[in-house]
Amino acid sequence: MNKFFVPITVIAAAMFAYAPFMILNAPYEATMGLVQKIFYFHAACGMAMFLAAFVSGIGSAMFLFTKKPSADRMAVAGAELTVIIGLIVLVTGPLWARKAWGVWWQWDARLTSTLVMWMIFNAYLLLRRYGGPGSEKLAAAVALFGMANVPFVYWSVNVWRTLHPKTSVIPSLQPGMRGPFWFCVVAFLLVTTAILMLRTELEKRRQQLDELYLMAEES
Amino acid sequence: MKAFARAVWIVTRKDILIETRTREILLTTVFFALACVLVFAFGFVKEGRPMEDVAAGILWIAIAFSGTLALGRAFERERQGETLRALLIAPIDRPALYLGKLLGILILLAAVEILIVPLVALMFQAALFDHALLMIGLLAAGTVGFAAVGTLFAAMLVRARSRDVMLPVLLYPITVPVIIGGVRGTAALLAPTADLAMARLWLSMLVFFDVVFITLALWTFEPVMTE
Repeated sequence: MNKFFVPITVIAAAMFAYAPFMILNAPYEATMGLVQKIFYFHAACGMAMFLAAFVSGIGSAMFLFTKKPSADRMAVAGAELTVIIGLIVLVTGPLWARKAWGVWWQWDARLTSTLVMWMIFNAYLLLRRYGGPGSEKLAAAVALFGMANVPFVYWSVNVWRTLHPKTSVIPSLQPGMRGPFWFCVVAFLLVTTAILMLRTELEKRRQQLDELYLMAEES
Repeated sequence: MKAFARAVWIVTRKDILIETRTREILLTTVFFALACVLVFAFGFVKEGRPMEDVAAGILWIAIAFSGTLALGRAFERERQGETLRALLIAPIDRPALYLGKLLGILILLAAVEILIVPLVALMFQAALFDHALLMIGLLAAGTVGFAAVGTLFAAMLVRARSRDVMLPVLLYPITVPVIIGGVRGTAALLAPTADLAMARLWLSMLVFFDVVFITLALWTFEPVMTE
């Protein structure tokens, strides 16, 4: 196990324990009031999702061109996390949207592209699971296309006129909100990193176990 | 470069030759597209008549669905004849093989579209030919983007289990930007007063996605198709 795993996990756990107090003490947004506070988790999860998708995409590219099993382990860990964190993003978003826009879902560019990216990584996992032997390599190509989507998801709000707030809301946050927001972002990125390490390690042991089974069968 | 183009052409010619002799994929795909149009026409019925403004959507759904079918069949044929392995050990570059297959699929889909587009125009009273050049541009750019990703995935899924269901599962989320571009561009052309600037914007989006998709596909085809 990576030597940074324990310190990162401890720091992330401590930050998560403290985050609710920071969010509680942050000022209320003038028009949206309480519902705006979901933003501290929603936007932070969005960034964590991008991180996971990048890890999966870069791992896949490395696996495709170097055939290192360690790169593939990184890719699968990243893809699973993209799906899980993406689910949090896709659930917290509509919770806020229901109050802010009056509807759960809008087919605007940000929402659509996020859903599409989430579906691509779901397809990645489906292919790995049901594609039979050799599907890791095929899935790696899928993850590359998934990662290619990340810039579109990020910039979609600025290019098209969408209901979703633009990326410029973050630098324009009120001073009282800025601290809790970046605190949550760091907390989510740390916990994502910790789970990535854990999942990569699990995949490594699973592969070792498979090899042992094969050896036992042969002898 | 000349040898590369020749290799591409040999692969394409092989596919066209088989197809002109059997016409299997062309005929089944055209009738499948027609069935799609029929189902969707009655899926969007209002007071006994198909709703207005659905022609663009129906056209692109028919193209996407029948394209998936054609892609699956084109590579299933290679699998059944064990000819994909022969193609892979042939002394040609992998990108040439990819482009050859892509070109074959594109010619096939173009043939399907030549039949389906006028039919949709006729059945839905859609003015698809008022701005014929832009419409052809949208169709060409959209089909290239769809087939570029489709050829890569159909080729690599040949060796996978449950490939029939995997192809659409992988293909639709990835190619959805192309479908969006095609539908919105076509809808802009079909609007009561055609919005040409909008259609051109979507066309340039489609071309952009074509470039991204073909680059990624050419880049990944070799490692994915190597055992």
